[in-house]
Amino acid sequence: MALRDHLRTLKYATWLGWQVESNWTSPLLFIIYSLVKPIAAVLILIFMYLIILGDVASDPVFFSFMFIGNALYLFVAQVLFGLTWVLHEDREHFQTLRNIYMAPMSFYMYVVGRALSKIIITSAAVFVTLLFGVVALNVPIDILKIDWPFLLIAMVIGLIMICALGVALAGVSMLTAKHSGGINEAIAGVFYLFCGVIFPITILPMQVQAVSLAIPVTYWLEILRRSLVPDIGIESISGLSTFSNIELVLLLLVSAALFLVVSMMIFRYADYRARKQGKLDMITTY
Amino acid sequence: MAARAYPRVIGSLREPSWLIGDIVLPLLSIMAFVFYYRAMGAPEVFTGFVVLGGAMIAYWLNVLWGMAAQFYWEREVGNLQLYLISPMSRMSVLAGMALGGMFSTTLRAVSTFVLGFVVFDIQVNLTNPGALIVVFLITLLALYGMGMLFSSLYLLFGRNAWRLSMLAQEPIYLVSGFYFPVKELGFWVGLAASIIPITLGLDAMRQLLFGPELSDGLLPVSVEIMILLVIAVIFFVLARYLLEYMEYLGKREGRLLTRWL
Repeated sequence: MALRDHLRTLKYATWLGWQVESNWTSPLLFIIYSLVKPIAAVLILIFMYLIILGDVASDPVFFSFMFIGNALYLFVAQVLFGLTWVLHEDREHFQTLRNIYMAPMSFYMYVVGRALSKIIITSAAVFVTLLFGVVALNVPIDILKIDWPFLLIAMVIGLIMICALGVALAGVSMLTAKHSGGINEAIAGVFYLFCGVIFPITILPMQVQAVSLAIPVTYWLEILRRSLVPDIGIESISGLSTFSNIELVLLLLVSAALFLVVSMMIFRYADYRARKQGKLDMITTY
Repeated sequence: MAARAYPRVIGSLREPSWLIGDIVLPLLSIMAFVFYYRAMGAPEVFTGFVVLGGAMIAYWLNVLWGMAAQFYWEREVGNLQLYLISPMSRMSVLAGMALGGMFSTTLRAVSTFVLGFVVFDIQVNLTNPGALIVVFLITLLALYGMGMLFSSLYLLFGRNAWRLSMLAQEPIYLVSGFYFPVKELGFWVGLAASIIPITLGLDAMRQLLFGPELSDGLLPVSVEIMILLVIAVIFFVLARYLLEYMEYLGKREGRLLTRWL
């Protein structure tokens, strides 16, 4: 299939995703809805921090580490959970999965397009969360000091990697019932635990740290933190201080490429199994 | 009631491999919060708070997705019309959903709770196990009463039902004090959040498991039990009347069979 066809599929799938996500309500309510969840999620962590340490200024490096990590993790959570739901929604709610399958387009690109709309919506939430941190909590992000080249490179590679993870999970979702969404959320929790999102990986037991180092999200978050707050020595607590920025980008690139290949294999296999087992029109009624 | 509970029980046991995922994987998210507390040097009792709160989240999620949004889902897949033409009480359908949901969720919550306590070697100061069981059961009663009430409300909702349930996750985890004593948010905020039964239920369970001093309880346990009982009754009565009213409204406006809106 020509590249132009893939791009067209990507464009319309993204547009469709945007419509499904946003047209159930007024734009104002949609904006509020999109921001309340991430802000509440970060407030939980802030209250936990304040209960134990009393004041943001008690440990500003750790606070920035946690705050930025949690804000950026929204991409992982939203795309992973969102894409699995897309499959279940198309299959069981709108019951259009069969029609989408029969359309003359790449189903893989369709799923990627739906992921893209999630990323666009989540970007706004991440931006507002970070802005909230800077304005209300003195998180030391200075627009003039940000290492933009590293930030942009890592962001692009990282988002491709997250899409790949989401597509793999979407493939698995073709084989599972609607209520298995909890499992997908829990898989997002795996990354939350192992990738140094809200605490440095050095807090984890030594054997478990090896798992952290095998997941590209760990490197992705580290590069983004270093790029956003280059002056506060955030690498001193992350457990990745031995890696230079270039090394981190290379590690991210290699591991992300690996994840991309594995994700495509999982998706293709799940696609084959779903068709063979007649699960493309499965409806969960219990 | 048994007929509606049955598919839920069977459904939860249909694929045993999912059970492992349902039990073990939520523990990973809980662990993240435990390590977060540990990274800050928090007292050990906070590990217990996180495990308890993390286990109880399963019930809140079940109430949101398995109760509140269920009639909306049943309408979408075409089951609702079958319920409406069957010679049975609508309340018994809700009660069956609640019982079936409680079964599968208890399996997950208790396993997560026990595993969490074992993995993190959490020390408890349990002097009154009977009271703990009573609080737990009354909390479930009130919580699922709320689920039945929501289910009636959601009867007429469109796609916003799903969004509403999404919205009732993190904000509720915050105000109900799933990971820390709710009193830390301020007494009045905690009291306002007590309209959600799990707020008081968790607070009482924390006090009974770890002692009232360490748990920084919002109210004495006996008072919390009384309040939970009262709101449980209110929710059940309201659910009954609201269900009838929403069904009437749905029939009048022709919205009980609409889909994909």
